[in-house]
Amino acid sequence: MEVMNEIWASDQIRSAVLISSKPGCFIAGADINMIASCKTPEEVTKLSQEGQRMFEKLEKSTKPVVAAISGACLGGGLELAISCQYRIATKDRKTVLGTPEVLLGILPGAGGTQRLPKMVGVPAAFDMMLTGRNIRADRAKKMGLVDQLVEPLGPGLKPPEERTIEYLEEVAVTFAKGLSDKKISIKRDKGLVEKLTSYAMSIPFVRQQIYKKVEEKVRKQTKGLYPAPLKIIDVVKTGIEQGSDAGYLSESQKFAELTMTKESKALIGLYHGQVLCKKNKFGAPQKEAKHLAILGAGLMGAGIAQVSVDKGLKTILKDATLAGLGRGQQQVFKGLNDKVKKKALTSFERDSIFSNLMGQLDYQGFEKADMVIEAVFEDLSLKHRVLKEVEAVIPDHCIFASNTSALPINEIAAVSKRPEKVIGMHYFSPVDKMQLLEIITTEKTSKDTTASAVAVGLKQGKVIIVVKDGPGFYTTRCLAPMMSEVLRILQEGVEPKKLDSLTTSFGFPVGAATLVDEVGVDVAKHVSEDLGKAFGERFGGGSVELLKQMVSRGFLGRKSGKGFYIYQEGVKSKNVNSDMDGILASLKVPPKSDVSSDEDIQYRLVTRFVNEAVMCLQEGILATPTEGDIGAVFGLGFPPCLGGPFRFVDLYGAQKIVDRLRKYEAAYGTQFSPCQLLIDHASSPNKKFFQ
Amino acid sequence: MTSILTYTFKNLPNTSKWALQFSVRPLSCSSQLRAAPAAQTKSKKTLAKPNMRNIVVVDGVRIPFLQSGTSYKDLMPHDLARAALSGLLHRTNVPKDIVDYIIFGTVIQEVKTSNVAREAALGAGFSDKTPAHTVTMACISANQAMTTGLGLIASGQSDVIVAGGVELMSDVPIRHSRKMRKMMLELNKAKTLGQRLSLFSKFRLNFLAPELPAVAEFSTSETMGHSADRLAAAFAVSRQDQDEYALRSHSLAKKAQDEGLLSDVVPFKVPGKDTVTKDNGIRPSSLEQMAKLKPAFIKPYGTVTAANSSFLTDGASAMLIMAEEKALAMGYKPKAYLRDFVYVSQDPKDQLLLGPTYATPKVLEKAGLTMNDIDAFEFHEAFSGQILANFKAMDSDWFAQNYMGRKTKVGSPPLEKFNNWGGSLSLGHPFGATGCRLVMAAANRLRKEGGQYGLVAACAAGGQGHAMIVEAYPK
Repeated sequence: MEVMNEIWASDQIRSAVLISSKPGCFIAGADINMIASCKTPEEVTKLSQEGQRMFEKLEKSTKPVVAAISGACLGGGLELAISCQYRIATKDRKTVLGTPEVLLGILPGAGGTQRLPKMVGVPAAFDMMLTGRNIRADRAKKMGLVDQLVEPLGPGLKPPEERTIEYLEEVAVTFAKGLSDKKISIKRDKGLVEKLTSYAMSIPFVRQQIYKKVEEKVRKQTKGLYPAPLKIIDVVKTGIEQGSDAGYLSESQKFAELTMTKESKALIGLYHGQVLCKKNKFGAPQKEAKHLAILGAGLMGAGIAQVSVDKGLKTILKDATLAGLGRGQQQVFKGLNDKVKKKALTSFERDSIFSNLMGQLDYQGFEKADMVIEAVFEDLSLKHRVLKEVEAVIPDHCIFASNTSALPINEIAAVSKRPEKVIGMHYFSPVDKMQLLEIITTEKTSKDTTASAVAVGLKQGKVIIVVKDGPGFYTTRCLAPMMSEVLRILQEGVEPKKLDSLTTSFGFPVGAATLVDEVGVDVAKHVSEDLGKAFGERFGGGSVELLKQMVSRGFLGRKSGKGFYIYQEGVKSKNVNSDMDGILASLKVPPKSDVSSDEDIQYRLVTRFVNEAVMCLQEGILATPTEGDIGAVFGLGFPPCLGGPFRFVDLYGAQKIVDRLRKYEAAYGTQFSPCQLLIDHASSPNKKFFQ
Repeated sequence: MTSILTYTFKNLPNTSKWALQFSVRPLSCSSQLRAAPAAQTKSKKTLAKPNMRNIVVVDGVRIPFLQSGTSYKDLMPHDLARAALSGLLHRTNVPKDIVDYIIFGTVIQEVKTSNVAREAALGAGFSDKTPAHTVTMACISANQAMTTGLGLIASGQSDVIVAGGVELMSDVPIRHSRKMRKMMLELNKAKTLGQRLSLFSKFRLNFLAPELPAVAEFSTSETMGHSADRLAAAFAVSRQDQDEYALRSHSLAKKAQDEGLLSDVVPFKVPGKDTVTKDNGIRPSSLEQMAKLKPAFIKPYGTVTAANSSFLTDGASAMLIMAEEKALAMGYKPKAYLRDFVYVSQDPKDQLLLGPTYATPKVLEKAGLTMNDIDAFEFHEAFSGQILANFKAMDSDWFAQNYMGRKTKVGSPPLEKFNNWGGSLSLGHPFGATGCRLVMAAANRLRKEGGQYGLVAACAAGGQGHAMIVEAYPK
């Protein structure tokens, strides 16, 4: 700001270029901690207004200011850029523009809600601000968000990145001069579509319709659980309908209100957690894993292969049969080809990435593997067999990772000659979409093995939690009691559709009944039997008989076309599988009326989940509550607006959760007994998982 | 081993040099013939290698290179190639039936004459017993044709080779869309009216959108001009430097044309049109005029324009290459030896046009020469920016160390020895034919200007490159 004042004061300077000296980043947003340190909404409002004033001064600058953008230009960075007179961006993958505030439960609080609609039009501005999506430079140019693009350069007399920034600066300076000499106009030629939209937007009736439409859509998607999107709409509307003074005022006030919400605190907590879980706290492994081998070309194996080859890891995909292998190879190809269709890859890049994959039926080349990840069927004796086979062919340093969702790793490692090299890597399906990777270490797993597994996971783009070995590890273990409750609720006569709507309206992205179908009824049965054996009565509730009967009838969920619902290729709307009625009727149990209200049903599910999660921390399965929250949200779809089970306890209040558990305990018994750690938190209100 | 040998040669006094050669190549019948005149040239060694046949270019010709869409526009590629071959026959009087093999380079293929070498050879009256094949390697296709011939001679498979290249950019294959082609092929197989009608019912208007060929990399979809502009920017080559270099190329080409130095050009009587005798793309302009042009690829601030790029060209070239003993036995006075050559390749995105930078030090090392030994440089000029970027890269220790795995730079060629008779920017660049032009320009310049070694280098699409040492044949 001081520099800007100097520029405005000096007669010698006629224009300016704003550029970041940090490669790969223009400005990735304001400091979230600055907002967190504010105690009252008034403080935040003041902060926001300061930002607004600063950018307004920039916007009204008589000397043209050009923003030269290379790398992330997000949040406050974008608000700064759109206050400048001209924007030039490098056209590379690292350069993205966006307003991710909504993902943190807040809104662009430094004039963004007012400037963006004017710059890119109301519909596009809503899209940006309500989804928080990153926009690549070339798309930004088409939208009118940037005025010029600069191509990234290759090697010259300096490293490419360095020279590219220099070149961006040179080009930006040329434009800055051109602007001050009035040789270049800041007015952009609008396309026909753009002209039509902006004309349509000048009609009040059309505008009202758009607000209404967007609001409806937001309400439907957020189910009223997230306040930020609605406030964004409101602020934009105020600015357009009542003028910019009202708009700016509303922006700063609503911004302040949002920063004080539980939702925002939950989402910001998740953001911090995600950053933490993208780091390797075990340090760099002794040997970087470059050659991967994956056993089993099923849904998981092929998915793991896909996220490996596109990061440049040489990957062997081995299966027992040619048909199975072919299916897996096709899955990888399709995953890559879909990116080509979305123009995220060129067909040439796809081919070159695909050449990192070697599909085979034998163990050829395993002598060069740095890590083997097995994703064969969940059967201990089978896993033992492949472990022995693999250990006969791999080099000494090679790590053996098991992708299992419930089989204890130490049982798998029992037959290993080198248990320090055995680790669990629990991926989530679909692997290319789900961000979480749960890494499981046994007592014997060496630190270097863990470091290497985390390094590979990070390379694959995963958010990683590292947990101790035990039945169901962390994620599956939390899910199991909740699933047991799901079965009981269904047995008590709640319709699958009703149950789904109760869970989604609580904030789960997928309804509970649908989740069983997606996971696979046979898998669910397997897991609940295994964990039922391990944990006994506490994991009881619904009857596994329900799942057994479904499996015997072939209702395996989505993969077999039938589960609680009927799945048909090309048909979007799901119909309830009426054949389930008989099974459900035969296993019906009478509901208990005092714990069967809609809210009680929701809390029966959530409190069992949360209680189990806290118990995992208590038992040392989890190292930190952060990992518990990240694992629950990114792996199991725990409502992000609640921030994860631990954040939820902090924000909702441990006492209230314990009270609920006690109430259900009275009805159903020990399955709902709160764990000691939770009771401790309830009895001393100062105790928080996150300070 | 070779380099050790050649190194010793270099340091030996002149008198013992030939004695040594005798001992190394006692079986060569031609060494005696060669020894006498060779001793008269400068004190530089010759690049003859023990146990390797000496290969010479007897002579080479090209039809005038014309801007696309001018006098050659109604012809087909093999017509141009035929004219070059006829010109070669006329120039050299070589008996057609002693030619062992004919090889041509071309880039954009006319599908009807995909082996254009064969069609042109037949049409030019070569023996139908002489096999011919066509090679393609983008802008170094003719170089590939020549070096394929070198391989055939060196391995003793052939003694007499005709190598050349052709490109006709006035007409390029514009195809139906894949969907349309698929429908037409299926229609071919359809037997009943019903089948045909059902195929027709699938027809959509967008099937008619044609597929145009582009001078773009398949791997990156980037056009070459775009890449050249980025390359110029990466090496901080200014627009003015590029325009100045282009002007130099045109001025030198004009001078060479006026002074009759472009002796490889043979006239071509185009059917139905006047005889073409001169290249028609040479147009020296002024820097002011050139500065007015808008950038052609990176708009609006790029530096590569129509004036500092090579233009779309029609043309063909051909050369007669022989084993030295064969040429001498037939009474020819060869123009030059064709010596060491290399092919290189690198990243097709960011280093697309840096072939000469990579190839030059490699070929010099192979031949045991340094930049100072070279008397005539003939580099393919795709773009001014490309040439100047290559100069900067060749002159950079940083680039040599970080990208080429070399300890030091090779150095950039002295401009007074560089493309003195114009280059692709001014004479034109028929993709498949340029290689032969470069070699003949080097050979003719060595004869005219004196000097022993010429260095030919070129970049090509796909991020490939080539360089070859041409050694003057002793007068």
